[in-house]
Amino acid sequence: MSVVVDNAAFDGSQRVPDTWWRRHQMALTPALLLLPALLFFGTFVIWPIISSIDLSFYDWDGIKTPEFIGFGNYVELFHDPVFYTSLANNFWWLVLYMLAPMFGLAVALYLNQSVFGIRLIKSLFFFPFVISQVVVGLVFGWFFNANFGLFNHLLHAFGLHGMALLEHERSATFIVILAGLWPQIAYCMILYLTGLTAMNPEVIEAARMDGAKGMKLLWNIIIPQLRPATFIAVVVSVVGALRSFDLVAIMTVGGPVNASTVLAYYMYQQTFTAFRYGYGAAIAVVLFLIMDVYIAIFLWRMLARERG
Amino acid sequence: MFPQPIQKSSPAVQALYRTSLPFALILWLLPLFAVALTSLRSINDLNAGNFWGWPTSIDLVKNYTEVFTRSPMGRYIINSLVITLPAVAGTLVLSSMAGFALAKYRFRGNLLLFSIFIAGNFVPFQILMIPVRSLMVNVFQVYDTYWALILFHMAFQTGFCTLFMRNFMKQLPDALIESARLEGVTEIGIFWHIVLPLIRPAIAALAVLEFTFIWNDYFWALILVQSDSVRPVTAGLEALKGMWLASWQLISAGSIIAAVPPVLMFFLMQRHFIAGLTLGATKE
Repeated sequence: MSVVVDNAAFDGSQRVPDTWWRRHQMALTPALLLLPALLFFGTFVIWPIISSIDLSFYDWDGIKTPEFIGFGNYVELFHDPVFYTSLANNFWWLVLYMLAPMFGLAVALYLNQSVFGIRLIKSLFFFPFVISQVVVGLVFGWFFNANFGLFNHLLHAFGLHGMALLEHERSATFIVILAGLWPQIAYCMILYLTGLTAMNPEVIEAARMDGAKGMKLLWNIIIPQLRPATFIAVVVSVVGALRSFDLVAIMTVGGPVNASTVLAYYMYQQTFTAFRYGYGAAIAVVLFLIMDVYIAIFLWRMLARERG
Repeated sequence: MFPQPIQKSSPAVQALYRTSLPFALILWLLPLFAVALTSLRSINDLNAGNFWGWPTSIDLVKNYTEVFTRSPMGRYIINSLVITLPAVAGTLVLSSMAGFALAKYRFRGNLLLFSIFIAGNFVPFQILMIPVRSLMVNVFQVYDTYWALILFHMAFQTGFCTLFMRNFMKQLPDALIESARLEGVTEIGIFWHIVLPLIRPAIAALAVLEFTFIWNDYFWALILVQSDSVRPVTAGLEALKGMWLASWQLISAGSIIAAVPPVLMFFLMQRHFIAGLTLGATKE
């Protein structure tokens, strides 16, 4: 890493002994401070990405010598129906996860009052985000269990038939997404609550003076002011949707017959169940490329802000 | 304030709002209540199909004791702690150093390195899975030990933490650092004596946040370890589900136990937790 000394005036300062370290510390300090983080991040994040991309051009069972097959894995993906199921499911995850910012805002507006006990209630609403997705998956799997789940129990109470929603190929993905939305809404809610608290009250009062109220005030004044919160809420929801793995693994294991699988889970399965490392890597690369679109947007915004 | 403070509404609306709150809360947490309720039922009730009716006996103590005596749950909890605490500490050390370098020194490639940390923090785990696993197996030879998870979490979480630290330190006044330099304080001295004390809120926020993230990790626990002696509670719980099949009272109790540490962390350090999570949610 090349380092440009930005404060040459302090080199060779008269008041301190002029050692080699003194003369070079402005340049060396940032390098030394960055070194450990870069070593770790390079070894366990950057290099593996490159290595996975490379691996996706090989046929490998994890044991024998990998055989180079060019775009063979990608060509196969192109004809793999389960790959399309995963893509479609990931698409549903993405689309339905966009409900999280909306519902999160609705809940935040509902809770943004100062009445007795509201702090505790806000914390309890946030609860689902704090617990592990494994627990969320168990809880929802249990809730929708066809034999004894509370959901069917409630249906029976209303004189309706019970449903095996998690065992049905049309509905399984949506139940898993529903489970994922639960903590995701909680996350977005807290972002919006913070946004609402930080809002400039004078702007709102001024708008009220001008006769704006209700939905109009919300739409024209409040939501534009909440843009930073919305941006983060959307980003974390997109990342959450594309990262979805835990809930699928816990609730349906991708089933029935791969109907609820997603790219992340299918990749895992192909690698460790079917021992197709190269093919798994190719699926991961596709997921990575999809994610890159969002990473690029995020970086672009972040850096634009940086430059003022 | 938006919406309009409820105190300005009619008494009827106010009463309606106040009574709606507990109901909304119960509805929102209904799945959790169901699990909590199941965790204190007797196995006889469950076998008799009495899942939601009045319990014939409260087996709270029995069920929770059984989780610890009939399964390695105690071990799993300890494993989670042994993995989580050093990983959090390590990631804080790495990221506070890197964050300082990126926030307060100007050099070529600064913004590029910063971008790499941000981008890396978003990548899907699957693109890292195979190479990280073979690194742990072949190169570092720590597969199926605590170290595999500690090292990986430390490295991966450095992305997010560096982003956070760098943005936090960027707000510290440059004049503070300049005047220390004029006084002849070394660069390391500036970091240690001036910057570190000032970023305590950021450290606290990241510590609680990272504790929850790492504690709740399931994917890497699945990939990097396999023995009960090192497995953290998330992967352990899933293994127990296979072992206990129909003993839902035990699975429920286990789920509650696994959720306690991060929930406790959240309630004790709520302010820091939310400050960390919502960084950037208020300003463009």
